Amino acid sequence: MTDTAATPAKSGVRISGAFHRLLAFSGLIALVVVFSLASPNFMQTQNVLAILQATSVNGVLAIAATLVIITGGIDLSVGTLMTFCAVITGVVLTYLGLPLPVGIVASILAGTACGLVSGTIIAKLKVPPFIATLGMMLILKGLSLVISGTRPIYFNDTPGFDQIARGSLVEAVLPAVPIPNGVLILFGVALLAAFVLSKTALGRYTFALGSNEEAVRLSGVNVDRWKIAVYALAGSVCGVAGLLIASRLNSAQPALGQGYELDAIAAVVIGGTSLSGGRGTVLGTLIGALIISVLANGLRILSVAQEWQTVVTGSIIILAVYADILRRRTL
Amino acid sequence: MPTPIPTAVSSSGDAGSTPLVEMVGIDKSFPGVRALSQARLELRAGEVHALMGENGAGKSTLMKILSGVYSRDTGTIRLNGQPVDIVSPRQAQDMGIGIIHQELALMRDLTAAQNIFIGREPRRFGLLDEGALNRDAQAIFDSMNLRLEPTVKVETLTIARQQMVEIAKALSYKSRVLIMDEPTAALNDAEIAELFTIINRLKAEGVGVVYISHKMDEIKRISDRVTVMRDGEYVGTVPAADTPIETIISMMVGRTLTNEALDIPNTAANPVALEVRGLNRGRDIRDVSLTVRKGEILGLAGLMGAGRTEVARAIFGADPRDSGEIWVNGQRVGISSPKDAVRAGIGYLSEDRKHFGLATGLDVRNNIALASLERFSGPGGVLNDGAMREVAEKYIRQLSIKTPSDTQEARLLSGGNQQKVVIAKWLLRDCDILIFDEPTRGIDVGAKAEIYKLLNALAEQGRAIIVISSELPEILRLSHRIAVMCEGRLTGTLPGGSSQEEIMRLATQREPAMEMRHAG
Repeated sequence: MTDTAATPAKSGVRISGAFHRLLAFSGLIALVVVFSLASPNFMQTQNVLAILQATSVNGVLAIAATLVIITGGIDLSVGTLMTFCAVITGVVLTYLGLPLPVGIVASILAGTACGLVSGTIIAKLKVPPFIATLGMMLILKGLSLVISGTRPIYFNDTPGFDQIARGSLVEAVLPAVPIPNGVLILFGVALLAAFVLSKTALGRYTFALGSNEEAVRLSGVNVDRWKIAVYALAGSVCGVAGLLIASRLNSAQPALGQGYELDAIAAVVIGGTSLSGGRGTVLGTLIGALIISVLANGLRILSVAQEWQTVVTGSIIILAVYADILRRRTL
Repeated sequence: MPTPIPTAVSSSGDAGSTPLVEMVGIDKSFPGVRALSQARLELRAGEVHALMGENGAGKSTLMKILSGVYSRDTGTIRLNGQPVDIVSPRQAQDMGIGIIHQELALMRDLTAAQNIFIGREPRRFGLLDEGALNRDAQAIFDSMNLRLEPTVKVETLTIARQQMVEIAKALSYKSRVLIMDEPTAALNDAEIAELFTIINRLKAEGVGVVYISHKMDEIKRISDRVTVMRDGEYVGTVPAADTPIETIISMMVGRTLTNEALDIPNTAANPVALEVRGLNRGRDIRDVSLTVRKGEILGLAGLMGAGRTEVARAIFGADPRDSGEIWVNGQRVGISSPKDAVRAGIGYLSEDRKHFGLATGLDVRNNIALASLERFSGPGGVLNDGAMREVAEKYIRQLSIKTPSDTQEARLLSGGNQQKVVIAKWLLRDCDILIFDEPTRGIDVGAKAEIYKLLNALAEQGRAIIVISSELPEILRLSHRIAVMCEGRLTGTLPGGSSQEEIMRLATQREPAMEMRHAG
């Protein structure tokens, strides 16, 4: 009897929890259908690959933001941290002339270290995440400019660096679909993040913290340590994004970065992750990131002015969250 | 008023051996408040020790010190005779001290099993082992005779079931000391009986249980000894079986309570001030109808999660309702926001004054005027400060609000006086229907009596009053009529002066379908 009483409630939540992702997904499909009907160019392989490639950087950053947002926090520094990591890679590879693998490791370590700093400021000094990462955003922006001397660092001396994002391992196997490596990296990071969230203790505490931090503390869990770990993990993911963008541009552009955090948060929100924490999925975030790039690409193909693209993206963010509020009201 | 206070006495169990827990001379202060002064407690293995005292007596604070949530200022804690320092909940757990907190400490987005094992997840190859997690949770549920799916999300459970998850979590620690802070607040009789079976089993296994409750009958049924606290101090420890309830109560309040006869005015002929018809909101409020007459105090009773606050908020327009009509003074009024409610003359004094009722950073004067600022606005929107001061001073006198001046910041007042400031705000706004949600929560005993007097005075002046309270003695002391809710439904209305038992019967009257869940 209990089972009959408990099961409908459970499946009810499953349906409503999946509802938002379903909504985002059908939104994505609808956009694709509309744009393909409007322009024959939209569904061409070349364009589809361009959309995926354009999603890779924002997608990876959005995954970093998802981890933090599920804890009930926010990370405004993902964009400039990405740039900072790219600059560090530039220093290691171009200025110091060290081999490529060292540059890759340096980028990810730099991201992890900065995440550790943000996490420590938030967990130990009790500075609210919004303020702590706003500060970090500006600090990293400044440091990137200082370290690089405000000039781009090029990777011309490191052959193969641009292949990290732009090359295609798939092409060797399937010449018809030359999926760029950047997209593979995005999917790799997504799989990894999804795995961490669902299968590891870190993932469990990520959701638990966003759900009721005080309850986690009262359960005897070292809340500070896990919170710092989440920010550090998000930082290392930003390090991956730093490699991606540096590879795509074949340079570290120190002035870049600010503004990326808002696109990332937009993707998270459109994907159904709650800004109040406790719930969210990597898949939803991927869909959210795809919606943003499909929209940008499709509107460009339809020759809609870029100014209007941001208007549409903004409206979609608000609509997505409103849909979520409607869902909760009927729960 | 000298009261014979029994001091520590021996009882069943082996009083000679080392106690499991000894807390002696415990002091604890919070900024501006002395919460504990020379508090003490002795817990033996295999005993259920009731910890009693009025709200604010320091029971929960003392137990939070024992469970590592707070640290003590001074005093000694001995575990099996060894002095210990308990600095974190984790350390308390490692020492075998488990606690079920009064406020449910659950993670709503996680499943029941995930909640129970938070911080101690079974792992396989370093990864979470959900299979083992759910099996272990199921085993605990089975041992509790509880039919619950380990994978169900906690947010979908009723408050009573959430409480059972908390209990399962505490049991999973295999604690030697188990603290239960009002564990039955949301449970019905059958569930309480099950809990007591579990407690008796733990007792037989040698676990020491500290049991905090206000319910005398429960104390008598389950506990071996009773320690009473008052105003943060130790009053005494008595055997539960041989001590009359009256003695325990007089220890709690520090004097012998005479049964004050409630003077219930005849308000049957008064016009109806507020009528609610067929109020519905999701599963929180189901077809609630009630009336309050002028000059009447209607008590709204029920267990935690019964939907009392939800009804108040829906009447006040703070939450949208699915259906239902609200009539004020015989007129149907459309209320879709607090603004509409205030215009109709309804004032709501929320449970949590600090968050909803009071602008704590503003001074007394501005708090009183807050809902009536238009009245003080001159040309160009400039506020007439003089008029505001005059009015504020009038209410400070009338309600005897203890404040050095009307420019004192509201947060610096005591709880009782803060409550009066909120009352003044609504009186100034001409609200003749006042809904009080837990009016004496966090207010000390002396100020309580004053709030009661004030509520009676407001009723005598012809105002209609609804009082929501979780404390039955408070409901009984104030109410001219008592409406009782259970799981969103109104299960009955009783005349003032009814017994606690009658209220509890209605408060646990679940729908047959809901009952079946628990019958398993």
